[in-house]
Amino acid sequence: MIKYDSIEELVTLAEKEGRKISEIILADQALQIGKSEEELYQQMEKDFDIMTESFAWGQQPGQRSNSGLTGGEGVAMMQYADKGESLMGTFMGKAVATALSISNCNAAMGRIVATPTAGSCGILPGCLIPLYQEKKIPKRDIVMSIFTAGAFGMVIAGKASIAGAQGGCQAECGSAAGMAAAAMVEVRGGTPTMCASALGMALVNQMGLVCDPVAGLVEIPCIKRNAAGVVLAYCAADMALAGIPLYIPADECIDAMKEVGNQMSSTLKETAAGGLAATPTAQRLKEQVFGDRKAMTAG
Amino acid sequence: MNVFNIIGPVMIGPSSSHTAGACRLGRVVNKIIMDDPLKEVKIQLSGSFARTFQGHGTDRAILAGIMGYHSWSEEIRDAFAIAKERGIHYEFIPKDIPGSHPNTARVTYTCVDGKTGEIEGASIGGGNIRVDKIDDLDVNFNGESNTLLIFHKDTPGVIANVTNLMYWRYENLNIGNFHLSRREKGGPALMTIEIDQLPPEQLIDDLRKMDNITNAMMIRAI
Repeated sequence: MIKYDSIEELVTLAEKEGRKISEIILADQALQIGKSEEELYQQMEKDFDIMTESFAWGQQPGQRSNSGLTGGEGVAMMQYADKGESLMGTFMGKAVATALSISNCNAAMGRIVATPTAGSCGILPGCLIPLYQEKKIPKRDIVMSIFTAGAFGMVIAGKASIAGAQGGCQAECGSAAGMAAAAMVEVRGGTPTMCASALGMALVNQMGLVCDPVAGLVEIPCIKRNAAGVVLAYCAADMALAGIPLYIPADECIDAMKEVGNQMSSTLKETAAGGLAATPTAQRLKEQVFGDRKAMTAG
Repeated sequence: MNVFNIIGPVMIGPSSSHTAGACRLGRVVNKIIMDDPLKEVKIQLSGSFARTFQGHGTDRAILAGIMGYHSWSEEIRDAFAIAKERGIHYEFIPKDIPGSHPNTARVTYTCVDGKTGEIEGASIGGGNIRVDKIDDLDVNFNGESNTLLIFHKDTPGVIANVTNLMYWRYENLNIGNFHLSRREKGGPALMTIEIDQLPPEQLIDDLRKMDNITNAMMIRAI
């Protein structure tokens, strides 16, 4: 049984057996959960299908978030990308639009898969859906790569944290970007070591990112941080696939992220008391949403 | 922890603690009323729940849970309309409960047949919950196991009778957690028993027939 207490454990095991990380994870999880590999694959495929549905749901025009503060970001970005005007190129523009749409879906009380959290739910699918829909990569490869992402997420959750309240946004959007980067490297045929490098490169580039949601809602700046997470994940995956080494091992990057999270003031960890949440405009928006707190009666 | 704790849960947004957890708290109420039609629910929201419930859809999520929907049910969005259709009168009261967890809700219900009760619990993060009180009696369970609630008179031998029955007639039932609470010596008391397996319905009927037991119910893992 795999212990999931280090990235090195997963990489070493996969390289020793000459298999993909996702293959050893699927086999191990089947044992640990007590279901067949095919059942677990089906469950993961269903999760990927739900991610695709969240994307489509978020692409419906006119949707607003439950608070009314946000909405339409994914639609606007997709229209812009479709015109071929994106500075990042049409493909990346669409990837960003996918992440925005799924985060919009979450904010508007649509159904999402938390990957690893609801606040960061746009990043992994924002990376993988375009590989499937635009680059026509076989669905099986995409679904399998989510096992690699999930395994790396388990290591981060065990060694550090995936909760904004404990580790700041680096723990949510940073972890999601790292998981997505590793999955994409595997999809593109990178080695297990390259998967670990991609994870580390994404994590170190989100290190220190605070969790400062305006009015305490999973909207501002969360939705746009999902977009940035996608771009970072692609960048990290490409660097790893280019053979650029990660100088600090991924496990040490995770430890450093934990340490940074511990040193972060509690005002910057999902309490909506610091950072962007403490700005005058944020205070005004908070008043706008929660100003009226009278009892609600109906029915 | 397994890979689906990281890739998942599947849930209605936007917040695992304020939306998914709220819905699961509501589901505890749904299990306790056991399909009896509801007439009225009053939902007191405390702490962060009281301050942000509209923005997070906490109100709709908990109401949907009370009506039996899951944290992944799309019906959460339409919970108010569904409650109206079912003739359920609902009210949200943002008012802090001193000393409680920051995300606490207290639900007071009245069924059409006149049955009433009150449940208090907290959403403790990541969609996980903790039930703290049932009808003014302290409890402590998270709804992840099948949980047996036995309302009884505080008197010697009741616990022994219950565990003996469980062992001698249904020997494979294993207790994972046991919690006892009472209002006063010799007064109403409540056993909360978390069981690793799903006991047969017959166990509940058997328990209800026992001396000094006023009611027994099974809350299946939610």
